[in-house]
Amino acid sequence: MKCRVCRERAVISVRRHNAGFCRSHFIEHIHRQVARTISDHHMFGADDRLVLGVSGGKDSLALWEILTVLGYRVDGVYLHLGIGGYSSDGLRFSRQFASERDLSLRVVDLGSDHGFSIPEAARLTSRAACSACGLSKRYLLNEAAAEMGYDVLVVGHNLDDEAAVLMGNVLRWEVDYLTRQRPVLPTSDGGLVRKVKPLLRVAERETAAYAILRGIQYEIEECPMAVGNTINRYKEWLNRLEEQSPGLKAQFLFGFLDRGAAYFPPDPPELLACRECGRPTPGESCSFCRLKNATVLRIAGRSA
Amino acid sequence: MHQPRREIEVSGPGSVKALLNRLDLVSESVLVIRGDELLTDDVRLHPDDVIEVRPVISGG
Repeated sequence: MKCRVCRERAVISVRRHNAGFCRSHFIEHIHRQVARTISDHHMFGADDRLVLGVSGGKDSLALWEILTVLGYRVDGVYLHLGIGGYSSDGLRFSRQFASERDLSLRVVDLGSDHGFSIPEAARLTSRAACSACGLSKRYLLNEAAAEMGYDVLVVGHNLDDEAAVLMGNVLRWEVDYLTRQRPVLPTSDGGLVRKVKPLLRVAERETAAYAILRGIQYEIEECPMAVGNTINRYKEWLNRLEEQSPGLKAQFLFGFLDRGAAYFPPDPPELLACRECGRPTPGESCSFCRLKNATVLRIAGRSA
Repeated sequence: MHQPRREIEVSGPGSVKALLNRLDLVSESVLVIRGDELLTDDVRLHPDDVIEVRPVISGG
């Protein structure tokens, strides 16, 4: 296969674009896709203070690299969730990346800051591990961004992430979630920081290829708690469909965003201050404080 | 191969696409790597090649 641009040997094919790319033209292609996404959705400007949620995986580290190359100054925040060697490896890769490029990385430690880990929350409460993890990450990233005065929280959700979440939301007709599935989630008065997804047009396979081609060392192993989870299963199903019909994933996601989302207009609930932590929540206590209280109580009960 | 990591021997030669078919994998879910180069589906593999098939699906 030849590169679509220069006719040299291709290192990757992007079947939904019916194109192969050599290393340098693939990297250019990815930079262009992300720049276009930022521009099309008015995600942020040169003066905004940006913080990126960094996991040490391919998506967040590739995105950090891309935004830096595009000229944005982006700080990172790593959430240590206490998932054994997976968490410590993620931190090691994140620190290595940041120090090699002289970028700022802040570490938030769930155990020392809040007294529990994700495996403990999954074991001691009725929440599934990925659910406890997802709500904790949303809470902690927003808290870190708000406390440090950032204008925009950037996350590394890619095309596959968004398409798989959309598939789950449609299969169950989660109308409330469909109203919130957008490339940009705006700032709210109650303290939610603007959240954006610049990798929306980049498939998971392409962020991995980008990381490899740029020499970025990232955590390859999957989270041990997420192996076989529902979203990953949806991704595998979508990839089987994509194999037969290249472009289907992008059509599904962008069809929704361009034509379907209007039928599910945002309907943000009135947010109150959580009576425990003060962060925005539609109820009296936020879901993170409820999870934390239930887990910490049971940890204390076991050690008593 | 990762998740769980395992190593297998496959008789060849054949293309990357043929290898993925034999492993019941789709191109969209993996990257195929030989040494430090990424391989497209049409590349011919040699009998003594050492190939890494790296899954790209992650997160939750």
